[in-house]
Amino acid sequence: MKIPRHGMPEQDPLERAKNFLEVPLGYTAEMAVEEAERCIQCKNPKCMEGCPVNVKIPQFIFHVAMGNFPLAAQTLKETNALPAVCGRVCPQEEQCEAVCTIGAKVEPVAIGRLERFVADWERMTGNVSLPVIAPPTGKKIAVIGAGPAGLTCAGDLAKLGHAVTIFEALHKPGGVLVYGIPEFRLPKQIVDAEVSFLEKLGVTIQCDFVVGMTRTVDELMNEDGFDAVFIGTGAGLPYFMGIPGENLNGVYSANEFLTRVNLMKGFEFPNHADTPVPMAKHVAVIGGGNTAMDSARTARRLPWTEKVYIVYRRSSVEMPARKEEIHHGEQEGIEFLLLTNPTRFIGNNGWLVGMECQKMELGEPDASGRRKPVPVAGSEFVLDVEAVIVATGNGSNPLINKTTPGLTTNKYGNIIADETGKTSREGVWAGGDIVIGAATVIKAMGAGKKAAAAIHEYVQSKK
Amino acid sequence: MYPIVEKNDLAAKVYRYVIKAPQIVKKARAGQFVILRLHEEGERIPITLADWDAVQGTITLYVQAVGKTTTMMSMMKAGDSLMDVVGPFGVPSHVEPGKTFVAIGGGFGIAAIHPIVRAHKLIGNKTISIIGSRSKDLLLMEDEMRAISDEVRIATDDGSYGTKGFVTTILKSMLEQREPVDVVLAIGPVVMMKAVADLTRPLGVQTLVSLNPIMMDGTGMCGACRVVVGNKMKFACVDGPEFDAHAVDFELLMARQKMYSPQEKISFDIFEKICEAQEHRETAAW
Ligand SMILES: Cc1cc2nc3c(=O)[nH]c(=O)nc-3n(C[C@H](O)[C@H](O)[C@H](O)COP(=O)(O)OP(=O)(O)OC[C@H]3O[C@@H](n4cnc5c(N)ncnc54)[C@H](O)[C@@H]3O)c2cc1C
Ligand SMILES: Cc1cc2nc3c(=O)[nH]c(=O)nc-3n(C[C@H](O)[C@H](O)[C@H](O)COP(=O)(O)OP(=O)(O)OC[C@H]3O[C@@H](n4cnc5c(N)ncnc54)[C@H](O)[C@@H]3O)c2cc1C
Ligand code: SF4
Ligand code: FES
Repeated sequence: MKIPRHGMPEQDPLERAKNFLEVPLGYTAEMAVEEAERCIQCKNPKCMEGCPVNVKIPQFIFHVAMGNFPLAAQTLKETNALPAVCGRVCPQEEQCEAVCTIGAKVEPVAIGRLERFVADWERMTGNVSLPVIAPPTGKKIAVIGAGPAGLTCAGDLAKLGHAVTIFEALHKPGGVLVYGIPEFRLPKQIVDAEVSFLEKLGVTIQCDFVVGMTRTVDELMNEDGFDAVFIGTGAGLPYFMGIPGENLNGVYSANEFLTRVNLMKGFEFPNHADTPVPMAKHVAVIGGGNTAMDSARTARRLPWTEKVYIVYRRSSVEMPARKEEIHHGEQEGIEFLLLTNPTRFIGNNGWLVGMECQKMELGEPDASGRRKPVPVAGSEFVLDVEAVIVATGNGSNPLINKTTPGLTTNKYGNIIADETGKTSREGVWAGGDIVIGAATVIKAMGAGKKAAAAIHEYVQSKK
Repeated sequence: MYPIVEKNDLAAKVYRYVIKAPQIVKKARAGQFVILRLHEEGERIPITLADWDAVQGTITLYVQAVGKTTTMMSMMKAGDSLMDVVGPFGVPSHVEPGKTFVAIGGGFGIAAIHPIVRAHKLIGNKTISIIGSRSKDLLLMEDEMRAISDEVRIATDDGSYGTKGFVTTILKSMLEQREPVDVVLAIGPVVMMKAVADLTRPLGVQTLVSLNPIMMDGTGMCGACRVVVGNKMKFACVDGPEFDAHAVDFELLMARQKMYSPQEKISFDIFEKICEAQEHRETAAW
C-alpha cells in the first residue's frame, strides 16, 4: 500500500475552542481521489456488511477514484438520503471502516470522509439531481417527528408517489441533528439542505405540531384521512441521577443545555439570540457518551467559560462516545476525570457551588459485559463548579403512548415494533430511538427505510 | 405565521391578543397553554390560553410585559404576525360536578383561571371568583369574570375597589366564616399561590395551583421546567401545570424562576438601548 490514509485537515484546537465553526475542514478533490485509490475494490466487500443501510461503498468509492463525483453522489443517495450528515456523525470506526479489508494490514479506507466529500461536493456545486418520483398513488401518510428516522421514511415514501406530511413538535425539522448535535460538528445549513431536498420531493413539513396534543394518532387516521402513520419521535426525555441537590440552579440536563445553544442559537446570545444560556466559568459534564462530549465541547466554546470537566464513572476504554470526538475534546483542553462519580450537588442560596464526587475502581464485569465501577471508600472530594450538565441518557417521551390506545410499549416506554417497524396498531409503524432507545443516526435511518417499504406494501394492498 | 387579529392595551402592562391559530383551537381545553416565538431569533415562551373561538379559529392570550420577549410582543400590533404558536400543552384541568369551586386570580392569573371557571360553570358547579389588583384601574377582566361566575369578589391593595387587601384576605374570611368550599384553584405570582396553600392546608381543603417555571419545548424533552411535588421530580409542562398546592415545593420554584435572571437583565438592557437609539433616530428624522 503506497499511500497512507489521508489525514483530515482540521481547525487548530486553540482557535476552534473559541468558535462554533466546523472542526474538520473536509478533503480537497485531490485528497479524495487519492484516498479513493486506496480502496482495493473487494469482490466480497466487508465494508457494505458493516454499514447498517448497506451503502454501495466500493461502487461510490470507485466513482470518486475516477473523478466522477456526480455518479458517486448518485450511488450514495440510492441507499442513504443524508450522506452529508452520515459522513460527519456516523461511527464509521465501529461500522464500515472497522471491517474494511485493508484495515487488517494498514489503516482502513476513510469511507466516512469520502462520503462527506461527495455529499459536500454535490451540495456546493448545486449539482443536486432529483430522483425519479413515481406517479401519485393517492395515499396519504403521516410521519411524526422530523429526526433522521422520520426524514428518511418520508423521503422514501415520497419517491414511491405517496403524499407525505411530517408533523414536528419543534419549530425546526431535524430532531437531534438540529437541537442536540452542535454546529461545529454538523453545520445546520447541511440539515437545512437535506430538509429542502425532501420538500423538493413533495414532502410537506408541518412544524409547531405536537402529535398527542395538537392532534392524536387516531385523529390523523380517522378524521384527517391518513392511510398510515410512522412514529419517529426519538428518545427525548432526560434522565436525572436521583442524587441530592439535582434541582439547584446551575444543574442542567444535556437536552436543555444543548437545545438552548444549538436550536435557539444561544451561542449568539445576547446579540442575535434571545434565549439565555448558562454563563458559568467552571462547568462539569457528567457522562461519557456523544451527548456528554458535545455538551463539554459546546460549553468550552462559550466565551465566558474557563474550565470544563468530563466526569465519567468508568475508564476511557468504556466511554461510549466516538473516539474522534473524545480526542477532539482532549485537544480543546477539556479535563477528563475518569473513574469518578458524582454523589451530591452542593448549593448556596439555591445556586450550585460545587459537586461532591467519589473515586471509583473497576470490579467484576456486570450484565453489560463491562467491568462494574465500585466506589473507593473515603475518596470523596469536591469539584468547584457553578454549572453541571447531566448527560446520563434519555428515555422515551410518553406523549404519544399516553394518547394512542392499543399501542404497546415495553417497560422503558419504547414502542414495541417488529423488523419492519410494524406496531401493535393496524396502520401504525415506528422506528428509530423511540423503538430501540438512544442509538445512532444511521440506525434510525435504517429503521425509517424499512418502515417505508412496509408502509408502501400495506397501503398499496388496501384498495 | 400566526397573525394577530386584535390587540388591546390593558392596565398594568398587560396586553390582550387575539391570534389566528385554528389547529390549536380544535384541541384547546381549560388549563392548557401554548408556546410562542416572535421572530427567527426569538425565544420560546409559554402563555396560558385565556379563551378561544371555534368559529373564528382564534385564541386569546393575556400577556404581561416583564422582560425582553414580552416587551417586544407588547410593541406588536394587530396585523403583525408571530413566528410560531404551538400547543395546546399541559394536562387539562380536571372538572367534576357537584362542587363549589373557588378560583383565585392575580395578575395574568385572572386570564388563566377564566376558562377553568367557565368549565366548572358549564357542568353546573357553583363558581366563586376572587380577583385582585393593586388598584381599581389596574383590575383585569372584571366583566368577563362576572359573565361566567356565580359570584365575583374583588380585592385591591389600596382599597380603591372591593375589599382592601389581597385576594387571600377574602379567601381567609371565607374560610373563617365557614362558607362552603370544595375546591380552591389559585393562579398568579408564586407568593400568592403559596399564601393560598398555607391558608387551606390546615383545613384540608383541596387546593390546586398552576405552576409557571421556566420552560422551553413544552413536550418533556428539556427538563428545564422541573418542579418538586410531594418530594417527587415532575415536569410542569407534561405532568402539570396544575398540581396539588399542599405538596408543591414553592421555595424551589421561586429559586428556579430566577435561574436566568442575570442573563435576562443583560438582554433587556441591550434591548432598551436599541429602542432608545431608534427613538432618537425617529425624532431626528422629524
Ligand atoms: C447530543 C447528541 C449527540 C449525538 N451524536 C451522535 C453521533 O455522533 N453519531 C450518531 O450516529 N448518533 C449520535 N447521536 C444519536 C442520534 O442523534 C439519534 O440516535 C438519532 O437522532 C435518532 O433519530 P430519531 O429520528 O429516532 O429521533 P430524533 O432525532 O430524536 O428526532 C425525533 C423528532 O421527533 C420530534 N417529536 C417528538 N415527539 C413528537 C410529537 N409528539 N409530535 C411531533 N414531533 C415529535 C422531536 O421534536 C424530534 O424532532 C447523538 C445524540 C445526541 C442527543
Ligand atoms: C405554563 C405557563 C403559563 C404562563 N402563562 C402566562 C400568561 O398567560 N401571561 C403571561 O403574561 N405570562 C405567562 N407566563 C409567564 C411567561 O412565560 C413569562 O413571563 C415570559 O416567558 C417572560 O419572558 P421575557 O423574555 O419577557 O422575560 P424574561 O426577562 O426572560 O424573564 C422574566 C421572568 O419571567 C420568567 N420566565 C422567563 N423565561 C421564561 C420561560 N421561558 N418560561 C416561563 N417563565 C419564564 C422568569 O421567572 C423570569 O424571571 C406563563 C408561564 C408558564 C410556565
Ligand atoms: S472493504 Fe475497504 S477496501 Fe474493500 S471495498 Fe470496502 S472500503 Fe474498499
Ligand atoms: S419545558 Fe422542556 S421539559 Fe418541560
